[in-house]
Amino acid sequence: MISLETKLPGLHLKNPVMPASGCFGFGREFSELFDLNQLGAVVIKAATYESRYGNQTPRVAETAAGMLNAIGLQNPGVEAICKEELPYLSRFDIPVIANVAGSTIEEYVAVAKMLDETGLIQALELNISCPNVKEGGIQFGMDPGLAAEVTAQVKKTVDTPVYVKLSPNTADIVQMAKAVETAGADGLSMINTLTGMQIDLPSRKPLLANQTGGLSGPAIKPIAIRMVYEVRQHSGLPIIGMGGISTAEDVLEFLLAGASAVAVGTANIHDPFACMKIIERLPQVLQKYGFQNMEEAIEGGNRHEADLSRS
Amino acid sequence: MIQTELTVLANNKIAEQTIEMQLGLASDKLVTEAEKFMPGQFLHVKVGEADTPMLRRPISIADMDSDGNITIIFKISGRGTDMLGKQSVGSQIDALLPCGTGYPVEELNLDTALLIGGGIGVPPLYYLGKTLASRGTRVISILGFQKEDQVFYKEKFMNLGETIIVTDDGSLGEKGFVTDYMSKHIAEFDCFFSCGPTPMLRAVTEKLSGRRGYISVEQRMGCGIGACYACVVPSKSETGFKKICKDGPVFAANEVNL
Repeated sequence: MISLETKLPGLHLKNPVMPASGCFGFGREFSELFDLNQLGAVVIKAATYESRYGNQTPRVAETAAGMLNAIGLQNPGVEAICKEELPYLSRFDIPVIANVAGSTIEEYVAVAKMLDETGLIQALELNISCPNVKEGGIQFGMDPGLAAEVTAQVKKTVDTPVYVKLSPNTADIVQMAKAVETAGADGLSMINTLTGMQIDLPSRKPLLANQTGGLSGPAIKPIAIRMVYEVRQHSGLPIIGMGGISTAEDVLEFLLAGASAVAVGTANIHDPFACMKIIERLPQVLQKYGFQNMEEAIEGGNRHEADLSRS
Repeated sequence: MIQTELTVLANNKIAEQTIEMQLGLASDKLVTEAEKFMPGQFLHVKVGEADTPMLRRPISIADMDSDGNITIIFKISGRGTDMLGKQSVGSQIDALLPCGTGYPVEELNLDTALLIGGGIGVPPLYYLGKTLASRGTRVISILGFQKEDQVFYKEKFMNLGETIIVTDDGSLGEKGFVTDYMSKHIAEFDCFFSCGPTPMLRAVTEKLSGRRGYISVEQRMGCGIGACYACVVPSKSETGFKKICKDGPVFAANEVNL
């Protein structure tokens, strides 16, 4: 049996598959369906300083091979998450990655500090890429200077390794990656959703109450693969790859593009057992394509360095 | 809640664009579980290939028989329901079930219940009415449809008790809206139950404000298990939202803002 074990800063993963932030709540609902210990890690829904009610409905729309969502970071606030959700997750023997969102650098720092101080998380994921709240996050994901600043400030405050979740809604994702790497990030997670819109024909208006939403699902996978591949050429940071993963083959594709672990998002929405099925099949898929273990697959992703710079 | 394959046992068109489908559970063990399914709960059904269509479709339980077979009734209103409607007898359907919180039938000891349904909101009220009637409750039903060819289950509801059919154009039964015909029974019921389009639920709850009642709310849904926060409805008692797929779809009439 092929070992799926892999290590990233702060994270010793039994396997490289974790649910993506926002697609798994705080794990409670899924823990009623399967044993969370089977997962590589859990990434919890974004925490903000105050509780957030989120956007009006409709919040989701179906698209070809994907979906749009505009939940709007609904969460009970970092204090409730530290008191109620993290202790619940601590009963499982898996790393917990806490996703942090905010409107200001001070908010990111304050939320990260509170999560860090619980001692119940193994890594932070800075959400500088949520497209669905007006004043939150995304401006940090579009401006390399702001992204670097928020990363540096959080790094200065916490001991926990910091992963920065990059937005595809930017002119140059490589520049963003380099900026946060220089600022001290321990890793990257990518990509968040792409901003999209759907018009409702009967009402002749945008279907989502928020008008725009984040596009996710298999439809965005080629974009995610391309971005992971490009960033891999220019950054030494480990990457948690995501964007439309729904099969074990997709996982290998991300590893070969340059990711060291992956997150499964939208697939959980239509199949709550998606992560489990992918983990179960991954050893066969690695074997089928000639890999003896995870390191070889990850190494495969690092092998084609400078391919792009030559072209 | 479980994920399972259901077998299509029957597929009948019972009104315009409206399909009644009977679904069988795969094992006796599941049949035992099915005895606990509550009126108002729903199946979250996946049709088609892995990502086409992408999302599941929430469809309420319209009836259950003693063998644990589940009846659903749905309107063909888009690609997903169209694909579901084309499933022939013997084919398998992937479903999460039972989802959500149903009507608190066990806690209610009612003399008379008033059911108010509109269009595709009518199906869960049948299983509810049947359950209430079997517990000795008198059931009065007011069911609204757009026009005659969309009416279904008229006789089945009449077997449960007094039933008023209302159509927008008067092509069958009374003409107008369900809210026009509630006043006749206003003094008779201890509790009302309503399911239908949101504007209808709003009108019903406004007209019956202060009365004990339950409503079943619909919204575009994601995961169906309470994890994605897509289907929410503003709560009346506290600031924030309730999750329709988990806390609902059935809510006390004064619990949420429509």
